[in-house]
Amino acid sequence: MSDLLATSAIGTRQVRLDGPDKVRGRATYAYEHPVDDPLYLCPLLAMIARGRAATIDTSAAEAADGVVHVLTHENAPALQSTDDAELAILRSPEIGFRGQYLGAVIATTPEQARHAADLITVSYVQEDHDVELREDHPASRPPESGGGDVTVGDVDSALAEAAVSIDQRYSTPMEHNNPMEPHTTIARWDRGELTLWTSTQGVHPTRSTLAPILGLEPDQLRIVSPHVGGGFGSKGVPHADMMLAALAAKAVPGRPVKYAVTRQQMFSITGYRAPTLQHIRLGARADGTITAFAFDAVSMSSQTKEFPEEATKPARMMYAGDNRRLTQRVVPLDVPVPSWMRAPGEAPGMVGIEIAMDELAVASGIDPIELRVRNDPENDPDTGLPFNQRRLVDCLREGAERFGWDERSSQPRTRRDNGWLIGMGVASATYPAGRQPGSVARIRRTSDGYEVAIAAADLGTGTWTALTQVAADSLDVPIEQVELQIGDTDLPNATVAGGSTGLASWSAAVLAAAETFRREHGTDPASGAQSQGEAQANPAAEKFALHSFGAHFAEVRIHAATGEIRVNRMFGMFSAGRIVNPRTARSQFIGGMTMGLGMALHEKGELDPRFGHVVNHDLAEYHVPVNADVAEIEAAWLDEEDPQAGPLGARGIGEIGIVGAAAALANAAYNATGVRVRDLPLFGDAFLPR
Amino acid sequence: MDHPLNLTVDGQEHTLAVDPRTTLLDALRDRLGVMSPKKGCDHGQCGACTVLVDGRRLNSCLALALSHDAAAVTTSDGLATDGELSPLHRAFLEQDAFQCGYCTPGQVCSAAGMLQEAADDAPSVVTEDLEAPVDLTDEEIRERMSGNLCRCGAYVNIVAAVSQAAEESR
Ligand code: FES
Ligand code: FES
Repeated sequence: MSDLLATSAIGTRQVRLDGPDKVRGRATYAYEHPVDDPLYLCPLLAMIARGRAATIDTSAAEAADGVVHVLTHENAPALQSTDDAELAILRSPEIGFRGQYLGAVIATTPEQARHAADLITVSYVQEDHDVELREDHPASRPPESGGGDVTVGDVDSALAEAAVSIDQRYSTPMEHNNPMEPHTTIARWDRGELTLWTSTQGVHPTRSTLAPILGLEPDQLRIVSPHVGGGFGSKGVPHADMMLAALAAKAVPGRPVKYAVTRQQMFSITGYRAPTLQHIRLGARADGTITAFAFDAVSMSSQTKEFPEEATKPARMMYAGDNRRLTQRVVPLDVPVPSWMRAPGEAPGMVGIEIAMDELAVASGIDPIELRVRNDPENDPDTGLPFNQRRLVDCLREGAERFGWDERSSQPRTRRDNGWLIGMGVASATYPAGRQPGSVARIRRTSDGYEVAIAAADLGTGTWTALTQVAADSLDVPIEQVELQIGDTDLPNATVAGGSTGLASWSAAVLAAAETFRREHGTDPASGAQSQGEAQANPAAEKFALHSFGAHFAEVRIHAATGEIRVNRMFGMFSAGRIVNPRTARSQFIGGMTMGLGMALHEKGELDPRFGHVVNHDLAEYHVPVNADVAEIEAAWLDEEDPQAGPLGARGIGEIGIVGAAAALANAAYNATGVRVRDLPLFGDAFLPR
Repeated sequence: MDHPLNLTVDGQEHTLAVDPRTTLLDALRDRLGVMSPKKGCDHGQCGACTVLVDGRRLNSCLALALSHDAAAVTTSDGLATDGELSPLHRAFLEQDAFQCGYCTPGQVCSAAGMLQEAADDAPSVVTEDLEAPVDLTDEEIRERMSGNLCRCGAYVNIVAAVSQAAEESR
């Protein structure tokens, strides 16, 4: 256990420091960096899901007005490494999914580029494709990476002997991150060196991935990304769009090439949450104590590159149970490459688990909160380690109190108001409390303060503000004296803003740098004095299972005649250690819960089995919550600090807000109507009178 | 062939020539370097590109630049006078009505246009009494701001900010 940092700026409701620029539209997002004489890129996409582009006729495009270059696999620059098939684009005419890049036009204006791309004709040799996920798919196999299966005790006998049991199948659909700022890159090559002004959750990790593929030394690739218009994971790793911009720019050295992925293209290029199929069996004693916990999950993956959406992940540590069996499989299909989307693993996994817990509560006649309390394990069921601070029960109890859980009727269909059926639901939330080693912060004394440099990212997470607060307290100075610099590989290394590890990891570097700075230069340093420090791994990770917890409460109304479902209110109670900035933290929790509302009620990519594309590939058809969908959402947290999280005492909060939110809504819908929906999203037809 | 176009943007006059296919949004961003309005979808589906044209809110990605010759365009940046944030801007800051900020200039313009519509007593689909003055309840604000998506999920704070600004302007 380390000593906690004394706080003065931390914990205050600081208004976003980048806010004045953002409300006016002056913050510079990727597309908006001033560059001279840019060219514009429009890509050519594969129109079949599997096969080959036999011929690509670019002659008309090359002759079109304003066209500077047409890129295809026939003339694309060489790559140093082709191991990553998502990123090693334009190597051959082979097609692995519909919407894959086949080439690009670079022209003087965006209109010219788009017109010329339309003039390219491609003849295809089509092969049969398969984009349909099934539990019994013959290609189903264990993922190449991931936690592996778990077998403890004898689940089948325990289930057979259980007083109460549940055996159900749940599913979550294809979901798309859809940050409001599309993935965007300006690429420029100058004398063998490449600059990418882009939108990424981590400039250094992106550089480490792309530089070897492009055959560049790290110092030959600069990545700049001071402001990121949302990411939710999709900008956590580079996708093929950055490669396309980089390769196109190489053909026109010295000229910047601008490429903003269109909203439609994002559905095949920039990652998505893979659909999952979840078979859950729970066995319990009459008092609700779980004796058997079996979870068999299958997720869709891509033939091009594997990505397991590990729904079983939260099942490892969430509830007790002497007999356990967890299996995770993937089915690689001819589909775009899935990737991170807010709380990968936990978000879909806690849909099945938390609806199943609600079903167990009903079956055993126990209040769903009490059922969770009875199954709250002493130690981590997976590792046997003690938890850092498992306050799930506190979140459930305190949250129930604040939400008004006692107004709930345990009998479905008992609360009605003017044609609406009203119900309440609860679900638990959890997310690992990770901290990554390796970030470096540099602190320099200036004439009027301290410059703190670290290549962190702010994707709306509040880094500009919260990390400034951390730096101020680390140096024991007012925040006005801190000038933070982030989002550029010219600054010291920072790990990715992902897995809710960002602020904790970067703060560890800032704390280390501040300590070194004070040791080396004292409290009255000369201008120009400088030190740096590096974040170490959290030693507590070896002795404790590090997680955050929370509880979601929801009240919905469903129209008895039409099945229309509306959310009256949602409340989230979280345990996340120290909260660095209550103003921005509340927004992050609420934002996660709002996305959870979308997950529950709206979001589903409709993959057409005939053509292999997402049919509803825009914001008119792929529904995300709009303002009128969100009535009342509130979040609160336990007043605490987590000594196992390091001197900052804080755990990440970017993801836990979405975990469990959808299940709370589904459980509330059951409580309202008596209709149990096990497949997300909950569309109104499920509740129509039959 | 490019055609001449006059635009006044945030009080500044511009004369340029654009391709007939150029949208108002692309004219602003690609030709004039006015980056306050954002592109989120280019299809009129998200509201990130919302600007005020002659005082009314408009999705600038759905407008062809040439059909707005001689128009006066105001972006969120132009709502700040002499570099001072407007009350609406300040309400967005105080209520933390954004996270990544990408939808925000569009939200601000939409809110400004909407407050004027309400002041002019234009009803919305949730307005009960079409004859009475519009009472900007949270429900009215939510309805009237639903053309502006925020994937960061700042809606509850956006409603609070717009409500605060409406309150202050009374
Ligand atoms: S960019 Fe205009 S509405 Fe989305
Ligand atoms: S603030 Fe990020 S989309 Fe609205």
